[in-house]
Amino acid sequence: MRTLFDKLWDAHVVLTREDGASLLWVDRHYVHEGSHHAFAKLAERGLAVAEPALTIGVADHYVPTRRRAGITDPDIARMVATLEGNAATHGLRLFGLADPRQGIVHVTGPEQGLTLPGMLVVCGDSHTSTHGALGAYGFGIGATEVAHVLATQTVWQKKPARMRLSFHGTAAPGVGAKDMALHWIAALGADGARGHAVEYAGPAVRALSVEGRLTLCNLSIEGGARCGMVGPDAVLIDWLRGRPHAPADFDRAAESWADLASDTGAEFDREESIDMGAVAPVVTWGTSPEDALPITGTVPDPARAPEGRAARIAEALEYMGLRPGQKLTDVAVDQVFIGSCTNARIEDLRAAAAVIAGLRAKVPGMVSPGSSLVKAQAEAEGLDRVFTEAGLDWVDSGCSMCVGMNGDLVAPGKRCASSTNRNFRGRQGPGARTHLMSPAMVAAAAVTGHLTDVRPLLQGRA
Amino acid sequence: MTGWSHYRGVAVGLAAENIDTDQLIPARFMSAPRSAGYGQFLLHDLRGPDFPLDAPEAEGASILIAGRNFGSGSSREAAVYALVDAGYRVVVAPSFGDIFASNAVNNGLLPARTDTAALLAVMPATLIVDLSAQTITGAGLALEFDIDPVWKTKLIKGWDDIDMTASHRAQIDTFAAQRRKQAPWIWDTAEDTTAPGAGTNPAGGR
Repeated sequence: MRTLFDKLWDAHVVLTREDGASLLWVDRHYVHEGSHHAFAKLAERGLAVAEPALTIGVADHYVPTRRRAGITDPDIARMVATLEGNAATHGLRLFGLADPRQGIVHVTGPEQGLTLPGMLVVCGDSHTSTHGALGAYGFGIGATEVAHVLATQTVWQKKPARMRLSFHGTAAPGVGAKDMALHWIAALGADGARGHAVEYAGPAVRALSVEGRLTLCNLSIEGGARCGMVGPDAVLIDWLRGRPHAPADFDRAAESWADLASDTGAEFDREESIDMGAVAPVVTWGTSPEDALPITGTVPDPARAPEGRAARIAEALEYMGLRPGQKLTDVAVDQVFIGSCTNARIEDLRAAAAVIAGLRAKVPGMVSPGSSLVKAQAEAEGLDRVFTEAGLDWVDSGCSMCVGMNGDLVAPGKRCASSTNRNFRGRQGPGARTHLMSPAMVAAAAVTGHLTDVRPLLQGRA
Repeated sequence: MTGWSHYRGVAVGLAAENIDTDQLIPARFMSAPRSAGYGQFLLHDLRGPDFPLDAPEAEGASILIAGRNFGSGSSREAAVYALVDAGYRVVVAPSFGDIFASNAVNNGLLPARTDTAALLAVMPATLIVDLSAQTITGAGLALEFDIDPVWKTKLIKGWDDIDMTASHRAQIDTFAAQRRKQAPWIWDTAEDTTAPGAGTNPAGGR
């Protein structure tokens, strides 16, 4: 009896050394502009890419989200051009800046059907855990490992421990995958799943759309997990069928995926469970994703915190400019951002638009779709007009203000309600104050100008 | 990479939890080539008056003592480059982000796992790190630390993964051939314009 993770692991082991390190075969390797260090290492050794057909380039980390035709910043132009050059040199498929399918790597890969169940997927980006939503083993790697995968199509790993995280019950209205993720990370800690491969299970996970599962798996790394995954089911198979790069003999492939589930009675090293009755719309208040609370809560008081936690809370509050005991719904925001590999797929944009439709945003903000195809789809549905009529900027697709590498930054001291994945100090720019939440909650903050419980705003809508 | 098993150096404390990779090196510096030297970017935005790493007694520090969940966050190896280029050889913390720790080992930087409360109380100080024995001694303290045995060997021997993997070329080729037989669609990445739904926007959701 094996878990889903055991099956994925076993299917990729080329060899295991005596000391327990295994050499794993890589089915999909995504590279982006930030992979320049790895390509430089390859060039230093005069090595070629072992499997160009399995190596896919996507321009996302540094791409501008406005005025793309002529990039004015020479550093950014160089980063995009370097990726194009490396893709051309090594004969890699590239979703470059001008490609209508360009997008954030963790949106574009699944969207195109390039990530499939049973695959081992790596990328020099920690949010590669996203791909686990498709029943794949996806994890982020560093530049030395990227170079190794480029050169050998394999990666050395030690098998992580197996953890099952079950969500029991059903999600209340206004509660989604982002809330489930931030809830468990707050409960177990930002290193709560360190060293573990997490399988998400239970009725509330089964009930999620594939896009919701992508959000849930995306945030696995924020709880310290090595990877996160959901077992394939009919919902996933339907979602994959007909995608541009789905297998030509789709039914034969789908048949082989039927076994990708944890066997009944399979043993996990660790079991955790969450009662959905306790999961409300969540926002973060501090500088780690574990600093998350229901929107109905109040800012923690260091004086009442357990010893050992007080200093960190006090530091976080100082950075965030918050008072102990302050109601979260009283926290005014300066701007909003909807985007990132976490929450910028079409369902995310629909959920935000449903809240904001017909209303004006009280603060400025921008919406950056997860891919250029998501952007086109949203425009076909008129969602772009919903956002622009509310006063928000509708921009092109990329990592954008989640990480700020392309110059989309939150100014020092400014507070941003954000659908992204990290509220680290300085993540959205030096001194920026980030509150993580679902796209619907970001929309709610936009129309009220402060952190807001989206649930009353949903009454009579969508 | 040269291996090492014994190290003596000045240790400095950073008494904070969750020092993530965005703090270790802010994203805006990562387009620089490595030859530029990444040490100047280390913890760039946390620097200021009274920053422990800049104290006169911390001059030449090469061992960093920190709190839980050090190096959490992104996979950016640049976080390790910043530490290594600034002269650090060892980071001691109760826990590390998994990807950071792996990146550290790939650059000869030891991520030593142990409770750091006692060490933080005596910083800065000269410490001796014995990787073979997994001990840290100095400033009146003697502690044991954890390190994955695979990583320990790799650090001591200074192994390079690409060189090591090259010796397994035949096994990789055999595996690839089997994989191609079992799951040929992995290689079949051409766009299928005849599939049902072709021409519709795949971003449309289902």
